Amino acid sequence: MIDLEEFRTQTRAWLQANCPEEMRQPERTLADHCWGGRRWKFQSDAQRLWMDRMVAKGWTAPKWPICYGGDGLSREQAAVLAEEMKRIGARAPVANFGHWFLGPALLRFGSAAIKQKFLPPICRGETRWCEGYSEPGAGSDLAGLQTRAEDKGDYFLVNGQKIWTSFADRADWIFCLVRTDPQAPKHQGISLLLFDMDSPGVTTRPIKLISGESDFCQTFFDNVRVPKDQLVGELNGGWTVAKYLLTHERDEIGDEPPGLLRDKALGPLACEFVGRRGSQLADPVLRDAIARLDVDTLAFKAYQEKLRAETELGEGLGAQSALLKYYGTELNKRRYELMMDAAGTAGLEWDSAQTHGGQYAREWLRTKGNSIEGGTSEVMLGIVAKRILGLPDATRGASA
Amino acid sequence: MTLTDEHRLLQETSVRLFADKGAVSHLRALRDQHDPRGYDEPLWAAMAASGLTGLLVPEAYGGTAIGWVGAGLVAREIGRNLSLTPFLSTAVLGATALGTGGSEAQKKIWLPRIASGEGLVALAVDEGPHHRPENLRLAVSQGTVTGEKTFVLDGHVADLLLVAAYDAGATALYAVDAHAMGVTVERTILVDSCNAARIRFDHVPAAPLADGRAALDAALRAGRAVLAAELVGVAAEVFRRTVDYLKQRKQFGQLIGSLQGLQHRAAQLYGETVMADALAFAALDACDRAAPNAEALVYAAKAKAARVALQAGQEAIQMHGGIGMTDDFDIGFFIKRARGAGASLGEVNYCADRFAALGGY
Repeated sequence: MIDLEEFRTQTRAWLQANCPEEMRQPERTLADHCWGGRRWKFQSDAQRLWMDRMVAKGWTAPKWPICYGGDGLSREQAAVLAEEMKRIGARAPVANFGHWFLGPALLRFGSAAIKQKFLPPICRGETRWCEGYSEPGAGSDLAGLQTRAEDKGDYFLVNGQKIWTSFADRADWIFCLVRTDPQAPKHQGISLLLFDMDSPGVTTRPIKLISGESDFCQTFFDNVRVPKDQLVGELNGGWTVAKYLLTHERDEIGDEPPGLLRDKALGPLACEFVGRRGSQLADPVLRDAIARLDVDTLAFKAYQEKLRAETELGEGLGAQSALLKYYGTELNKRRYELMMDAAGTAGLEWDSAQTHGGQYAREWLRTKGNSIEGGTSEVMLGIVAKRILGLPDATRGASA
Repeated sequence: MTLTDEHRLLQETSVRLFADKGAVSHLRALRDQHDPRGYDEPLWAAMAASGLTGLLVPEAYGGTAIGWVGAGLVAREIGRNLSLTPFLSTAVLGATALGTGGSEAQKKIWLPRIASGEGLVALAVDEGPHHRPENLRLAVSQGTVTGEKTFVLDGHVADLLLVAAYDAGATALYAVDAHAMGVTVERTILVDSCNAARIRFDHVPAAPLADGRAALDAALRAGRAVLAAELVGVAAEVFRRTVDYLKQRKQFGQLIGSLQGLQHRAAQLYGETVMADALAFAALDACDRAAPNAEALVYAAKAKAARVALQAGQEAIQMHGGIGMTDDFDIGFFIKRARGAGASLGEVNYCADRFAALGGY
């Protein structure tokens, strides 16, 4: 393995030479993001070029093994790559639910055949994945899901309905939790299937949110045939995979999302709207609230760093990811509330050019979903209480 | 931040030492016996014997110069056990001030005595009920100081007073013999049984430190960072005791720890305590590395730790119910220390204000 500083020097030089100028600006909205997939229309030549170059380098999933299209980087090397990309403001070349969640789960639970079939197209940006988890009757109680997959000998027949499937209308494939044994206790009759969204019997319908956006869909399965070799892990062992996958998701949601405030200090931004008295923000109450938020955010980041330093590659953060998810999302909500306080009536504009089409209000409203999607704050606190603190279940407590 | 092997060893030593020789029962005994010295002398001697008094003293003067993370590891155990020692006043504030800005002669006399635990030092800064080191009025004129200082931690037992005072328009730090003529010391026992003093100076000779401004700034920063570590120790321990109680206490035929209302508060508090801890040690580490953002991190860490320790102390009493209000039960000691350490060298609001100013708003 080459020396880390040597790796940094090489990486810096390569990024300098290969990252197009246009791709060196942070993503301002989700629309700037490169999702990839067979329906993807590149917004610019630079976006395509950047993706192709990173694909060739194995850096769209740098920690994944080289045989699957990654570059087999160590955690330290991957951290260096991330730092060097951040240093020049380089965007992610391509990223979707395949890179974030499915890939790590396949690496851990998938058979050799499944890994060989699905990981390389993810690395190449050819498949855009969506996640079929929640159902109308299974939100916080995810394990109560009802979508059925019947064993028909050489295929599964899937029937049911999912909701909050992010970008399902634009995805190529879905990783989907289904019930394969209706008789078993609810956690033990679930499996994870992969299937093409173009399969006959799959339909999607976008849901319009309070932010005016339609990131989420309802997804319907009507006699969808799924080949048997598209089952991940053990039959009826899907809950283990799902939980592992969720820890990655929670970790991700706990990170700062793209948008107006990404990597931007709220205090100086508030001064632009509110003005200063002397050198200080003119509204002392807002100033105090921002300082509190900034302090809490620093503490959150310090803890996140500490945990990551202590966690080996491939190991999930386990129950700690519930804590990070809870804090990260609640902090982000607070941040956007304070941004709206600071922006005043300017923040209310819904489609003015000055606000890039109401970006303040829309992003503010979108953050309200952060503490619901991927497990609500209340569910997260329950996980922390029971799995980290060892507090008793209500039923066990009564009999103890 | 990752701990070095040296840090780990120090941590193990501290955990054992304070659990054996500085447990919460000592605080109760010192308080109830109205101890004239007011701190745990056998514990202080044991700390000196283990080298914990010289962590911030350079090796040339008999210390180990392990640094601020090391001092924080000790302070966290002090917080967990509510130990009463002159660690902050002498081994942190005194050692840092003299080490940073003392003259060669001052260092030669005092640093070895600090490292050996024989000499006690107190830093006299505050002049009113709030720590405002940028607005001091006490002045030195013609080599003597006259006026009053308050909230001088361990001022009643100190041999050397380091007095922040004005001279020719600038704040500096002066060495004053605590036993000199014209020094009047009034011991003020605090709510958490820590000791401070109100000290009057009447034309007392004051010797300037070679670089008093730097000495004061460095000492205050180190003190705040180490107090943050002490406060996260307070928070962690009072929280641990509270969670234990939630697993034992039954009401309505069930363990109260199974009630969602308490589970969620406990989970939130857990998050606060571990994050305050991570921030405190990130700040101490930044001090060790002399990182450019060290000052801002220290203010943030002190504000966060003080708030969390107070919250943990409050929740502890509430979740313990009536027994939490009794003096016989130790849990109430923690909120007292949270208040005291929280107010020392700048309360939450002061730290948050300085933090915001450094952030450009």
